[in-house]
Amino acid sequence: MLLLLGALAIVGTIYALVNTSTAARAAGSVQSETAVEEGRALYLEGCASCHGLNAEGTSVAPSLIGAGAASVHFQVATGRMPLAAPTIQVERKEPSYSEPQITALAAYIATLGPGPAIPTAEQLDTTNADLAVGGELFRTNCAQCHNFAGSGAALTEGKYAPSLMDATPQEVYEAMLTGPQNMPVFGDGTLPVGEKQDILKYVGHLQTQTQPGGASLGSFGPVTEGAMIFTLGFGLLAGAAVWIGAKLR
Amino acid sequence: MSVVQETGGKAAGWTDDRLGESNFIRRSLNKVFPDHWSFMLGEIALYSFIVILLTGVYLTLWFKPSMIEVVYDGSYAPLKGVKMSESMASTLDISFDVRGGLLIRQIHHMAALFFVAAIAIHMMRVFFTGAFRKPREMNWVIGVVLFLLAIAAGFSGYSLPDDLLSGTGLRITQGIIQASPVIGTWLSFLIFDGEFPGTAFIPRLYSVHILLIPGLILALVTAHLMMVWYQKHTQFPGPGRTNENVVGYPLMPVYMAKAGGFFFVVFGMLVALAGLIQINPIWAYGPYMPDQVTAGSQPDWYVGFLDGALRLMPPWEIVAFGYTLSLNLIIPAMVLAPVLLVLVGAYPWIERYALGRDTGEHHLLDRPRNAPTRTALGVAMVTFYIVLMIGGGNDIIAYNFDLSFNTMIRVLQVLLFVGPVVAFIVTKRLCLSLQRRDRDLLLHGRETGRVLRLPSGEFLEIHEEVDEESKAKILAKPDIEPLALPEAVDDSGVVNPTSRKQRRRSRWSRFFFTDNVPLPSDEELTEARKHIDHELDDAVEAGSKAAKEISEH
Amino acid sequence: MSDSTETQPDFVPANIAHHPRRTDVDPKAAKRAERQVATMFVLAALLILASVAAYVLIPVDAGVAVPLMGPIGALNAALGLSLGLGILLIGLGAIQWARKLMPGTEVVAMRHEMRSSDEARADAVEAFDRGLADSGFAQRPLIRRTLIGAMLVLPLPLVVLLRDLYTAPEGAPSPVEQLEETIWEPGVRIVTDVTGNPIKAEDVPVGGLVAAVPANLHEVEEEDGNLNARAKAPIILVRMAPDEIVSQQAPREGEAWDYQGILAYSKICTHVGCPIALYEQRTHHLLCPCHQSTFALADSGNVVFGPAARQMPQLPITVDDEGYLVAVSDFQQPVGPSFWERS
Repeated sequence: MLLLLGALAIVGTIYALVNTSTAARAAGSVQSETAVEEGRALYLEGCASCHGLNAEGTSVAPSLIGAGAASVHFQVATGRMPLAAPTIQVERKEPSYSEPQITALAAYIATLGPGPAIPTAEQLDTTNADLAVGGELFRTNCAQCHNFAGSGAALTEGKYAPSLMDATPQEVYEAMLTGPQNMPVFGDGTLPVGEKQDILKYVGHLQTQTQPGGASLGSFGPVTEGAMIFTLGFGLLAGAAVWIGAKLR
Repeated sequence: MSVVQETGGKAAGWTDDRLGESNFIRRSLNKVFPDHWSFMLGEIALYSFIVILLTGVYLTLWFKPSMIEVVYDGSYAPLKGVKMSESMASTLDISFDVRGGLLIRQIHHMAALFFVAAIAIHMMRVFFTGAFRKPREMNWVIGVVLFLLAIAAGFSGYSLPDDLLSGTGLRITQGIIQASPVIGTWLSFLIFDGEFPGTAFIPRLYSVHILLIPGLILALVTAHLMMVWYQKHTQFPGPGRTNENVVGYPLMPVYMAKAGGFFFVVFGMLVALAGLIQINPIWAYGPYMPDQVTAGSQPDWYVGFLDGALRLMPPWEIVAFGYTLSLNLIIPAMVLAPVLLVLVGAYPWIERYALGRDTGEHHLLDRPRNAPTRTALGVAMVTFYIVLMIGGGNDIIAYNFDLSFNTMIRVLQVLLFVGPVVAFIVTKRLCLSLQRRDRDLLLHGRETGRVLRLPSGEFLEIHEEVDEESKAKILAKPDIEPLALPEAVDDSGVVNPTSRKQRRRSRWSRFFFTDNVPLPSDEELTEARKHIDHELDDAVEAGSKAAKEISEH
Repeated sequence: MSDSTETQPDFVPANIAHHPRRTDVDPKAAKRAERQVATMFVLAALLILASVAAYVLIPVDAGVAVPLMGPIGALNAALGLSLGLGILLIGLGAIQWARKLMPGTEVVAMRHEMRSSDEARADAVEAFDRGLADSGFAQRPLIRRTLIGAMLVLPLPLVVLLRDLYTAPEGAPSPVEQLEETIWEPGVRIVTDVTGNPIKAEDVPVGGLVAAVPANLHEVEEEDGNLNARAKAPIILVRMAPDEIVSQQAPREGEAWDYQGILAYSKICTHVGCPIALYEQRTHHLLCPCHQSTFALADSGNVVFGPAARQMPQLPITVDDEGYLVAVSDFQQPVGPSFWERS
């Protein structure tokens, strides 16, 4: 037992050291060339075992040549990559890299082949976007998988379209641009920047909206409403009925 | 005499001179109602219906049942400038521009969900206690029809706002109508005035929803209550309760206060829930567009079993002689539901057939364990229904519990047939062991938890005779003999012409009534009583005898 | 009603052990119960008045943050809670009154058999028979038969009168023909849904999905004044690497309905008509959210799971002179759910 604890402590210390050193290196890199260098180093350390030494892809992971910076940023910033083992559904989790490290990784992958770039601040600016058009576009292009409120929903064979409640505007934009996992690509040709901004605005509304009628029960529609009726509703009423009929001493 | 009594008396005198209602009122105010919590389930349904009527009238003041396209210009910003039907726009107005309108809308919808649910649970109570037996078969059938009407009322109302979810539901309904054999295409064109969605359907549905169905429900509810009133309520067995009397509280004042109070409890709870829990947020679904859809497109719970049946059905379709027969729609949507309803509605006669004789009127309820086959059949039916309902929500369940809905569907397809059989067997066994436990209680008494150590070192738990109430409950169990197999040929060698028919009936009867743990006979009971009374003495005697023997050795 | 109308109903105190309640024996407890009930009624009145105040004071669009629920509508919550609890308290008060202060002893009433006496039955039968005989219904078959005949045809107009529930517009094709065609025609441009922009092939990336409609949809909708065309015409465009396409619905070998890997499929489910666009770009499966029918778009849109029996119809497409995607023709099979006359 003690031995095990000791081993754990040693591993933990090494891990912490490695982490601080990589973070320190990332913080120092400002110029793009150093960023690429930095990204390459991170890539070889954390990604190459699955995606190949030159990002050419292997039997377990796709090629990243031409994946683009936006794709890398989405996958790493949402914690989906790196992935411990291939699974049917890649899940969102705490990111393993800091934002500067992610930018560096993205910069490196972007040098391998042309692909969608990380959206600029202007592209993510929704001040002039139209909320109502965003809603229509959302219902036409997004609601079929993510559900009307962006709560997420099931896909085939255990896969699912995730909830959008924690997604940042940048992540939503990158997802539309790159089509992560089974999500299709919504290219700028058919869904131009302005319309993407409309959608961003609507997603922002979904994330922060006041629910006019009260608790939304997760916004899953009638199934959860029915479950509420039978549990909470009839629980309360049955309680009242038993109270009415109870014999008093 | 107070002023109230005086004026009241005068008014009553005035009307009695003209209507002579005192006879009726005298009898009515003394009417006795048995008290049990499960007798209030039907009341929940009734009170929900009253709330639905009240709130429904309020909603009609603003709702516009029209499919004319308008551009929304109300105060809900995320839909401003969006094209939608007038129906949807006016529902949004009720929700966002009529103060309190949203609350009334939510009460209306919530009460509708409660209405159907309360009917279903009330029906289960009536079924499992055998309250549908003679003379109440007609009221059972009325109840089944009311259940169907309540579903129709709910679904037609759910469809009126023309939001994305309800529009999808209508599209499915239309698809099913269109798939009807032979007349489907024309039926659909007549109902929708042409192709789907057209502009005629919602106004048509509106008159069905606010006039036709509520009118029918009102008429049948009245008949239902009049029969309950006239036939008097059933009661559970207990001391002093027989098949010939009814024990409970008089209408005036106790029952009136309790039932009237319960109306306010149901009403108040519906209002409070509607204030705190959002229901059917049509603004979030958006207006119906035939080319838009949301994941998790589900109907309200009471249509869930049909949706589930559609999902579980294999893709069977027959194409022959240039015509198409869509079994994948016809079986789940057009065959299954009517078959289930007829089976449920005809149940009193199914059981009566097995009974084979007129046993007179039944006013004492069965405890579910005392009718094991009925209880087991009921649980099997509920299991079947619940499997379908899980099918109707399997994508939501799959998403929230990290399952694959494909696997769920395959499992549910098997469970739909295996589940009810297992449920039947388990329930029946359970009922029979409960019966055995009742018999043991009578014969060996209640365990008091008091343990004595006898001089011989032996431990003994003191048993006591069960109390009067439990005893009366247990003793009310009917022991029914199944119909005997008829002789194919009688003693004088004459062939019984109806023997095959009787044989079938006897088989059915044995299926129903063979498994039974009979009540102890009177002799056994007296014997048992003696034993319980002298348990301690006997034990002490036996113990000291044993001790003596040991010491002698 | 029952024959006991003239006498007082059998109404005797039940022969049941009755434990007196605290309020029956202790006047103080009774007084306490009385105050309890009155308090409930006073609270109810106050809460109901509070709901009126809420109606006046709280703006309809105000929100309030509630723990566990997040921000919810303030007016709705305030109205619902005050009114709901107010009404609830009226009920609870009345019930408490009944439980604690009204007589707590159960009473017994006798039941009477539902069946009428044999005499009454015989009388009823006799009265009916006499009436029947007096009417001559049995003796005058001519009247009887003609009356029955008249009654038999009476429902007929009731059914016939429903015929015009569907009034076909002038020159409209038969219902079956309407179900068999959509507004797609050769050369009609494919435009994006909602925004109506024409689409070039390079606008659709591999792995991409576009919800699209025919360019003439808006015109048709204006003209018809309904959404019928929209219920049949919408399509989805997906693009896959050409070597991923296993098969297409093209009628002849070697012919293809895609354009450089861009495939156009109907968006309307062949099961019961839900619009489908749940496209998984890696498996190329299209999933219906209503009943979970799954179509393999890389393989002619065939059904791979679920209750749908027919493949998803494919729309043959190409590009026009300006390079925009257009339909080659209408769908080669009816879109949407099956119908009887469909072969």
